[in-house]
Amino acid sequence: MLNTERMPVTGKRVQLMATCLCDAFYDEMAAATVQVLEYLGCTVDFPEGQTCCGQPAFNGGDWPASRRVVRHTVGTFAGSDPVVVPSGSCAAMLFHGAVLEFEKESDLPAVEALGRRAWELGDFIVNGLGVKTWPGRYEAAVALHRSCHTRGTASGPAVSALLASIPGLRLAEFGEGEQCCGFGGTFAVSFPNISSAMGDLKLEHIRAARPDVLVSGDMSCLMHLGGLAAKEGQPIKIVHFAQVLRDALKNGGLI
Amino acid sequence: MRFQQIDQFASHLKADTRASVYQSTKMTHEKRTKMLFDQFADPNRLRTIAGEIKQHAIENLDTYLPAVEAKLKANGAQVHWAADAEAACQKVLELMRARGATRMVKAKSMVSEEIELAEFLGRHGIEAVETDLGEFIIQIDHDHPSHIVRPIIHKNRREVAVSFEKNGLGAYDDAPEVITRRARQFLRHKYLQADVGLTGANFVSAESGRIVLVTNEGNSRFCLAANKVHIALIGIEKIVPRDRDLALLLNLLARSGTAQQLTVYTEFISGPKSPAQPDGPEEMHVIFLDNGRTEVLATECRDILRCIRCGACLNVCPVYRQASGHAYRSVYPGPVGAVLSPLLMGDRFAEKADLPKASSLCGACQEVCPVNIPIPDMLLRLRDKAKREHVSSPGTPPMGAWSLLASQPTAWRAALIGGRLINHIPTKMLPVPALRAWEQKRTLPEWRGGEFRKWLAQRRKGKSP
Repeated sequence: MLNTERMPVTGKRVQLMATCLCDAFYDEMAAATVQVLEYLGCTVDFPEGQTCCGQPAFNGGDWPASRRVVRHTVGTFAGSDPVVVPSGSCAAMLFHGAVLEFEKESDLPAVEALGRRAWELGDFIVNGLGVKTWPGRYEAAVALHRSCHTRGTASGPAVSALLASIPGLRLAEFGEGEQCCGFGGTFAVSFPNISSAMGDLKLEHIRAARPDVLVSGDMSCLMHLGGLAAKEGQPIKIVHFAQVLRDALKNGGLI
Repeated sequence: MRFQQIDQFASHLKADTRASVYQSTKMTHEKRTKMLFDQFADPNRLRTIAGEIKQHAIENLDTYLPAVEAKLKANGAQVHWAADAEAACQKVLELMRARGATRMVKAKSMVSEEIELAEFLGRHGIEAVETDLGEFIIQIDHDHPSHIVRPIIHKNRREVAVSFEKNGLGAYDDAPEVITRRARQFLRHKYLQADVGLTGANFVSAESGRIVLVTNEGNSRFCLAANKVHIALIGIEKIVPRDRDLALLLNLLARSGTAQQLTVYTEFISGPKSPAQPDGPEEMHVIFLDNGRTEVLATECRDILRCIRCGACLNVCPVYRQASGHAYRSVYPGPVGAVLSPLLMGDRFAEKADLPKASSLCGACQEVCPVNIPIPDMLLRLRDKAKREHVSSPGTPPMGAWSLLASQPTAWRAALIGGRLINHIPTKMLPVPALRAWEQKRTLPEWRGGEFRKWLAQRRKGKSP
């Protein structure tokens, strides 16, 4: 399965990889990540030179282009602090995908070292920092879409448990939860018919559970599902779980 | 706009076909999962062990193949080696002609589909009748299987009843028991008239030379019972080291493939008729087929040869469920086919280099694979191979300019700000096909490039929340 071997977390200084989607579209989600980490006592460094994890080209099949971006990312996130990523998919790119495409490259050790420091946000909070429950209040029925890149990692159970522990929050389970939403990176634009059919099926299951909000650990899935729903004239509310955690704190008067 | 061939196929698929495929795959997948997790404490551990056994076997074929040949010969079987499809077909023809045989009954065998044996024999005046019900329906319909385990998953019983009527097997009646009875009556005569019975094999034990066949219809037994000659056509990757390995593999195969604890018939065939085994064919010929497998073994995708053809990855695959098996233009469809089919093309890899793209890389295939094949990693490796070999890929956005931008922070930050243009210009005016493809089905959120960095800088100065 995925290469998920990680260095233990010893301090509370972290580097934030905000992801290119947040850089371009979802600033509030990245802001929520900062607020959540700071609430937990972390010192959050944001390396200004960061761009993207390199995944679009990796999945698209252009590994030389992807390696160029990964090399830049390895240089940008120098040091030894954990790198926290509010995306299961970008985190998996760092600890698994990049390692795969660098297997014959001389700088593989540097890529592997970054991979061992990379944490998906939920996994970091629960398994890195040992925080098992979340305070505050969030009055909503939440449909949690488990993004595929957290399959086989500790992120899925971590995020479910955190959300379920928030006072007022109810997890609305839906059918075929293990199925992909149809985003898949470049797949979304090179297979638009299959991609949107997969998304429609996912939306059908989600709507049947009547949630107030659709939550995930990956904005890419949410951008696809939210975009499909809006295009069909039946918009749904999408938020990253970092925003739920942040809003719970706010509602509880904790920040 | 040009999109991928599989996507276009899926967009034209009949709603009936998609419904048949979806219902059947979903049901089998769910039953499989329940059965494995209800009955075993740690099915994922079993999948890992089974994968290790098969990986060991394929990486040591140089030892196991001679061992199995020696065992088979000692058991009284004759062993033949076929480097490719043509050689395998010719060997079968030669064996039949040498015995004056003109009629064959066939059990289900993916390898025989791969080498198009029945069509080849037909062209040489030999009747080769499929006896697996699904394969029989495919044959009378001049169709192709669309699933490894369930060849007619794309058909419903009404379509089957129509083709039975068309082929003189009785007036239209879509009751499953009527269809089955008619096929049985027709096939019984074929079994009795045949000269040769052909089977594949699910496993071959190097330790004992036993070949193992699993079926639910018992047709492979009928193929052998009344015949003097048994030909077993087997891919070289079917070897397992020891008989005891079968305990694990058979348990996983039946549960993963058809959500059964064990298939209805599991046959262990040690050789032809002998004083110790008075029933069965007088001659047994085993043809081991390479047909590109050795080349696959030399690649980084060799793990795909672990595959035990259970079809679980097809059942769980959201792309397969939408596109159905024929979309893959290959004997082996779905996730395993998206890896195996292009590889088996050898020098003509480019013709099927689009198959590995037909995946959202969701990883469900590996999660259900009874031999834990890292299918997503292989799909990615093959995408890289296709790019290196300059195979064009419709709809895949070019990444060169993007990667330059994403490795120069100053340019990246400028682009974050400049990107706001897309909030004001209709995407159909922009020379970016990927954006247009996105917007065909989805809205694009507002571009807010640079906002987070601005917020963070303010926060660091104590000016934002």
